[in-house]
Parts: sequence; structure tokens; C-alpha cells
Amino acid sequence: MNLEQFIENFADLFDETDTDTINATTQFKDIEEWSSLLALSVIAMIDEEYDVEFKGDDIRGSNTVEDLYNIVKSRVE
Amino acid sequence: MAKISFHGVGIKAISACVPKDVVYNRDLGYLIPQEEIDKVIDNIGIEERRIAPNDVTASDLCFKAAQKLMDDNDIAPESIDVLLFMSQTSDYRIPATSCIMQHRLGLPKTTLCFDISLGCSGYLFALSTAFAYASMDGINRVLLLDGETFSKIVNRRDKVDWPLYGDAGTATLVEKGDFDDATFILNTDGSGEDALKIHAGMRNPITPESCVEREQEDGNIRNDLEVFMDGMDVFNFAISKVPRCVKELLSVTGKTVDDVDYLVFHQANRFMMDFFVKKLKMDRTKVPYCISKYGNTSSTSVPLTVASELCGKLGGENTVVMSGFGAGLSWGAALIPMKNCNVSPVIEY
Repeated sequence: MNLEQFIENFADLFDETDTDTINATTQFKDIEEWSSLLALSVIAMIDEEYDVEFKGDDIRGSNTVEDLYNIVKSRVE
Repeated sequence: MAKISFHGVGIKAISACVPKDVVYNRDLGYLIPQEEIDKVIDNIGIEERRIAPNDVTASDLCFKAAQKLMDDNDIAPESIDVLLFMSQTSDYRIPATSCIMQHRLGLPKTTLCFDISLGCSGYLFALSTAFAYASMDGINRVLLLDGETFSKIVNRRDKVDWPLYGDAGTATLVEKGDFDDATFILNTDGSGEDALKIHAGMRNPITPESCVEREQEDGNIRNDLEVFMDGMDVFNFAISKVPRCVKELLSVTGKTVDDVDYLVFHQANRFMMDFFVKKLKMDRTKVPYCISKYGNTSSTSVPLTVASELCGKLGGENTVVMSGFGAGLSWGAALIPMKNCNVSPVIEY
């Protein structure tokens, strides 16, 4: 798996946010559109695209998009 | 894995009763910023819910549903051998509500009664118990009452739980007859006990402190006698277990999704059910939703969905799959071959 694709999958979950503004270092919880429901979309996307189980604590413990990517990557391998 | 099959036992009738009072999620402006409300409603798929008044309990709703079922099907009280009451919002801590219902419904003193307590997966587990009793020599009819009033155990200032839950009561009549085999798969993972919990009980004895409302995670307000849910953990649990469990059920029964006439999910929220439908490549028209009208009624949601959406559709023979999942963690699925199941329309209390 690669980071670029993960960022694209992540950015696709947002409706009102300019996806170009989302990159590896984006503090995703600071995005105005971020919500608990979007967190569920992230868990669903990670299940569908990477077949990885993602818990609430994984989201709570992450700050940037790359943090999320690193957790997923560690479980894919 | 508990995989169970039953022979010559089936569901004869189902009925449901909901409170008259409607609460609209569009009125949640005090809890959720107005501009986000539409999005929340769209995601969880819940426009409105039924909330029981203070003096109406889950057993009251079940009582009405049971009366309706017995009237519509000419069921004599003395023909019922077993009465089960499945709920986590029972009338008292002692005695079991099923005993009170035996008397109230005029069932004979020879009736076997007990309560079953489980979360949103409860109907599947209770139904398997009803099927088990109905399979035994000496038992012909089992009346299963499944009712919940989560409005009484959810804080109105808890923005995770309050928009979701509604109240309802149902009755299901299980009996011996010329039914094809029914199969249940039932699972448990207690390592997830913290995902959905009411803290106060025997482990954490109730004190005056337990009743004090406190600000918890993300500004949600609740006391120790009210439900907490980690929405993300429950979601992760459900999407990883539920579709797999349904697939396994189809595989052990030698069926495919095309053989299923209706797939009735526990009505957790629309976002989750849409995910299951997509993951199972299920024809959406075979998956009834009643969530927009009644919200998440915990274990009651499966029979409530049957009463609300399949009334008049289960005459003849139909293959119905039911799927429940929730606190415990606990999840299961059942393939129930229906034969002339008489579904009464939902009534109001």
C-alpha cells in the first residue's frame, strides 16, 4: 500500500472540504468537516480498501493522516 | 461457534406496539448545531422515534402487542406453555417481568416463565431459546415478548446515543408445525464489554453519586445509570463481524443471497445497514428498514421491522434471514423458513 493512495481514499470521504488541502501532515481532527460520523466513514473505508480492523482508540490516538496510514500499514503487513 | 438447527418449529405470528409520542430528530438543535442536524439525520437515517411516557414500560408495550397477536390469531391463553420476556429495561430488578406478564395475560399457572437479558443481539438469542423449548416434548407454543424503552436509560444530552434510540414492544409466537429447518449462528466476545455499558450495577454499587450527571467524553452528559457507547468501537465490531456471520449462515445452510427473500438487520443506524447491504452484495429491496420511523429500538428492532415492513408479505413460504449484534459483545444470525406467518400491523399504545 502507498501513502498517496491512502490520502486520496481518505480525502474522498469529505464532501465540503477541498481535497487538495488534505495531505500526509494534515491534522485531520482540525478539519472543519470532521465529525464522529466521518470517523465511522474512515473505519469503513479502511475495512473495505485494506481489510484492516480499525478501533476507536486508533482514531483517538492519531493526529495526522500519516498516523492513520502507519497504523493501517503495520496491520496489512 | 454455536451453530444450531431446529426441525418442525417455526414462527406462527409477530406483532408490535409503539408509544404514541413522537420525538423528531430535527428538533435536536439544543444538542447538535442546527447546520449539522440534516447531515446527522441523513447519515443515521432516523427522522423520528417513539418515546414511552414515564409510566409506560417495555412490558406494557409488549402486553399490548401480545394481546393483539392473541386476538388476531385466536390464541387461547391456556394454549401457551412458555413465556419469555427479553429486555434490558424490565419492570423491576426482582421479580422477573415474565412472571408478571403470565398473570396479566391470563396464562395458566403451569406456564414456564423467565426473562432473558441481552443487548441489541437479544432477539436472535431469545428466539433460539423459544425454538429450543418449542422443540421439546411437552411444549407446543412459546410466546416471546421482546421490548425495550432505552429512552429511560439514555441521557437526553448524550449526542452519541440520544438521536438513535426509540422505544417499542413486540410479541412473537413460536410453535411446532410443518416448518422447514431453521438455523442459528450465535457468537460472543466478552473482551469488548466496555464498548457499550451501563456502569452502575453490582460491580459498581449504586450510590447517590451514581445519579449525578457529569460531563463525559466530547461534552456528552450522563450519569452512571445511563448507557455509554463507544460508537467507533461498536461500528468497527459490527462491520467486521456482521457480514461475515451472515455469509457463514448462508454457507452452512447451502444458500446464496439470491435464495433469501428478506434480510432483516437489527436497525442500528442507516449508515451501518447500507454498509452491510453493499458488503453482502444484497438486493436492497430485500432488506427492509424501519429506522427512519422508529430509530434503534435495541433487540426489539428485528421483530418491529418485520411488523412494520413485512406485514402482508409473509403469506406462503418465505426464507427470512435475521441478524442482530450489540452489547456484550454479542452477535448472531438466523435463517428462518417462514410458512404463512401472520404479521399484525404495528399498533400504538
